[in-house]
Amino acid sequence: MPPMSRGFDTMRYLPLSDHDRGEMLATIGVPDVDALFVDVPAEARLAGPIAGLPGHASEMAVERHMARLSAESLTAGQVPFFLGAGAYRHHVPATVDHLIQRGEFLTAYTPYQPEIAQGTLQVLFEFQTQVARLFGTDVANASLYDGSTACWEAIAMAGRITRRSKAVLSGGLHPHYVGTAQTMARFTGDTLVTAKPELTAQADDDALIAAIDAETSCVLVQYPDVLGRIPDLRRISTAAQAKGALLIAVVTEPVALGLIESPGTLGADIVVGEGQSLGVGLQFGGPYLGLFGCREKYVRQMPGRLCGETVDADGKRAFVLTLSTREQHIRREKATSNICTNSGLCALAFSIHLSLLGGEGLARMAQASHLRAVQAAQALAAVPGVALVNQSYVNEFAVTLPRPAAEVVDALAAKRVLGGVALSRLVPGEPGLANALLVATSELTSEEDIAALAAALAEALA
Amino acid sequence: MTRYFTADHEWIAVEGDTATVGITDYAQSQLGDITFVELPAVGASLGKGDSASVVDSVKAASDVYAPVSGAVTEVNPALEDAPELVNSAPEGEGWLWKMTLSDAGQLDGLMDEAAYAAYVAGL
Amino acid sequence: MTVLNPAGWRPEMGERISAALEAPETVTGNRALHLEEPLLFEVGRMDHCGVDFDDVPGSPLAGLALRSAPVDLPGLSEPEAVRHYTRLSRQNYAIDLGLFPLGSCTMKHNPRLDEKVARMPGFADVHPLQPTATVQGALKVIDQLADWLVKLTGMAAVAMTPKAGAHGELCGLLAIRAALDARGDTRDVILVPESAHGTNPATAAFAGFKVEAIPATDDGRVDTAALIGKLGPHVAGVMITNPNTCGLFERDLKTIADAVHAAGGYVYCDGANFNAIVGRVRPGDLGVDAMHINLHKTFSTPHGGGGPGAGPVVLSEALAPFAPLPFVKPGADGALRLVEEADGDTDAPQAFGRMCAFHGQMGMFSRALAYILSHGADGLAQASGDAVLNANYVLRRLEHVLHAPFGAAGPCMHEALFSDDGFAEGFATLDLAKGLIDEGYHPMTVYFPLVVHGAMLVEPTETESKADLDQFITAMESLGERARAGDPALKSAPHFAPRRRVDETRAARKPRLVWTEQGA
Repeated sequence: MPPMSRGFDTMRYLPLSDHDRGEMLATIGVPDVDALFVDVPAEARLAGPIAGLPGHASEMAVERHMARLSAESLTAGQVPFFLGAGAYRHHVPATVDHLIQRGEFLTAYTPYQPEIAQGTLQVLFEFQTQVARLFGTDVANASLYDGSTACWEAIAMAGRITRRSKAVLSGGLHPHYVGTAQTMARFTGDTLVTAKPELTAQADDDALIAAIDAETSCVLVQYPDVLGRIPDLRRISTAAQAKGALLIAVVTEPVALGLIESPGTLGADIVVGEGQSLGVGLQFGGPYLGLFGCREKYVRQMPGRLCGETVDADGKRAFVLTLSTREQHIRREKATSNICTNSGLCALAFSIHLSLLGGEGLARMAQASHLRAVQAAQALAAVPGVALVNQSYVNEFAVTLPRPAAEVVDALAAKRVLGGVALSRLVPGEPGLANALLVATSELTSEEDIAALAAALAEALA
Repeated sequence: MTRYFTADHEWIAVEGDTATVGITDYAQSQLGDITFVELPAVGASLGKGDSASVVDSVKAASDVYAPVSGAVTEVNPALEDAPELVNSAPEGEGWLWKMTLSDAGQLDGLMDEAAYAAYVAGL
Repeated sequence: MTVLNPAGWRPEMGERISAALEAPETVTGNRALHLEEPLLFEVGRMDHCGVDFDDVPGSPLAGLALRSAPVDLPGLSEPEAVRHYTRLSRQNYAIDLGLFPLGSCTMKHNPRLDEKVARMPGFADVHPLQPTATVQGALKVIDQLADWLVKLTGMAAVAMTPKAGAHGELCGLLAIRAALDARGDTRDVILVPESAHGTNPATAAFAGFKVEAIPATDDGRVDTAALIGKLGPHVAGVMITNPNTCGLFERDLKTIADAVHAAGGYVYCDGANFNAIVGRVRPGDLGVDAMHINLHKTFSTPHGGGGPGAGPVVLSEALAPFAPLPFVKPGADGALRLVEEADGDTDAPQAFGRMCAFHGQMGMFSRALAYILSHGADGLAQASGDAVLNANYVLRRLEHVLHAPFGAAGPCMHEALFSDDGFAEGFATLDLAKGLIDEGYHPMTVYFPLVVHGAMLVEPTETESKADLDQFITAMESLGERARAGDPALKSAPHFAPRRRVDETRAARKPRLVWTEQGA
């Protein structure tokens, strides 16, 4: 065996050789690396590798380990798949993943040095424009963590604008979004008026409107809602406006906007959403993409990064992060939010996917997803004991079953059908909701998938 | 009309029982290009030392404090479209707000023009 | 001065600009590989599309109110899209291109195995609400990473859901608030050193606390006496960054933690710089109650041009019961399960609630686990050792030309801090930073921490070779000398980047945040 130039103790991601280390230590003037940790109290310095943890492993070994773990999951692509409820499985063109893996995007930092970050900055400017057009708002930011955190940020922003602290949340708002807001409100002292979802054919706009009063800062309405129903935003907007409250529309499935009117166009003052269904993929819940748009007059109250157009010293068009005096690194405890990242790479994926689609492509995607939903709703309603809840929907709807949906979901999974989300998974302990199943479709859903779900459901309920 | 100055670099020009407030030329020179001015609400009641307004430059946001107690009667409408007036004419067209004086005695604790000039020279 | 360029370039070969000045006018705006790219809204068309769909029979639901026209978004065919984004990408600096010495941000090599792993379908193509029996592989990734994080930090538990460092800070502070509430304590002040990152006070305020600043000592550390003097029945806790933002280890952290605990408070440690000590020091041994770990820093998940990150929070015994929902736990049958709701689940009686929808940043967990398994306990200690070695090498090689405010006090940790002291009149840190761009580097972190005038925080990381460090040091020496001498060319740098210095005032005064037809 030939002599090795580097010992086996070196690690593939670490370029320094022991020879390099020796030279550098000599330059510094210390005998060893431990001497550089002299400020750590001796009793806190570990003598060697932490006990009970394995040593380094080869790329082959790690890949094998991770591939085995991966194989232990039943993946959406393997089986008929109908889950939604805030995360949707759509076709993502191969181009998207190829482009986001370009090192200049993947391994760049936040574009704080605009002269050498115009790529990221122009993408953010295009992304902001795409989101604003999709939502029908004047402006949009460069993204937040996800839909649920964006939803809370919108409530906080409405409080700053109206100087009121009571938010009214629709019963059709995703329960995880409600839960996230409740966690925050518990600590900030905001009042949240909440309601449990009800299994009615139409979203309960009347109850929501009745809850708005002169103390209300904002009304939150999911569009389409957690059961897939489409609330009448224009009517709610008028009612909110009459009381000086803002309308915040929450979109968890932006593909639906390819088919139905944009919330900003219907009077929403702030529109937030989850961008995951375009370009990002399921990823077991994260990272996702918080979308945030609003009226231009509120822009200085917005949370998160914003990219703006300007010129450079030669007069060439250039982009730069702007209005940063709202942000934590300048305002510190007076910042509009403590957020200091956006969901950059997910925003890039979303933006590329939406560029490939264009408005026409998005409409076709929404239409295909919707038509599969119509077929699925018909097929499921034909199963004995199953009833469709919704009067309106785009690509997600609720059905009631003759027994608890959670059990049925498990029974379907055992038959290798991922048949939907039991509403009780999101709202546990409510007997009136226990039998409700949420079913979502997309352009990836096939006729065979729908037939398989209907057959498996019939068997499970028999 | 008498003009007074604070150690936080606000000026206040008093005429009868109302006053005009802004930031000093020294303050604007330290802040650099002003990009936005957040003004108090007309009618807002201010206590001496309260943060009443925020002046933004590209990299900083600075609070402007009320030099005396009183109520805001008017804010400078020109600043919404032209915040750069605070740079070009901080002690003129770039004024921030007008207010009543609830206690004229509070003016005694402020600096006059000469005292402020000496104060700035010592910074 | 030696110019190190293994490619064979020598100073007498001159610079691109001399040729460019005599070159004919461009009619396209492009120069060889340097390509200008219009906006999507200028190249895209409403009748272009890069995605095709299979026909689905049927007609829309009767009565559904359809939008009147498609969303006004131009499309691109696939080749147009590939070109648009490839051209844009080439206007970015990136760690794949070269050393990226951004202090406190930790720009180190992103292993490509981690990208491959994150795309394995058992992690990437599973829905967060699938039955837990069908996602055991994904849950095992969370569980195994959690186990590593707990052991590496010597803490009792870890909350995995926070979506970034700032979100993790919030999680830690909410856990402190919940713990105080549980004992009926209304204390509401958080002490934050003035050298802290802006997120610390922002988070404390966001969580409903009042913030009081703690001064720094002349050697760049927290003033322990001042901090202890502020403790009392109103103090809920402290937030301390360790290693701190000056790149120094807070020697007194254990003493401070003991005093805070004795006064009834909790210790939050900002773990942004954990990469300097991972595998060598456990924060749990220093009395920390909560600390977030930026997976994109310590465990090298890609920064992606500004996120997504991930910010799991390790918790002490005292705070562990208040960890947020959901979390992964082994069930009686040995399978992993998810504790998702406080209602009806006795496993989380004191959980403070939910911080976001679903289970955290799975795509970052799989990457971080692959990174950790690759290094192992020994490799992580080697990595932190090399990171500290590289920073000290830069510190000692540059302190003759750049003022190192804490250089005399002893070694630094993973980043070397310099100031603008000694620059010619009218020359600032920003000028040196922009000059670094012309030498082919991304600038270091500038004007942070705030406690040092004209701060330059250099974090080389462990994934730079000695040759790359030497070339960077040579560039910094040259720039330091130019800044001291007052070279006017530095004031207008960069000259060779895709854009010159940009007008930030114009952007902020009249914000143009979206593209419009009339604005074009």
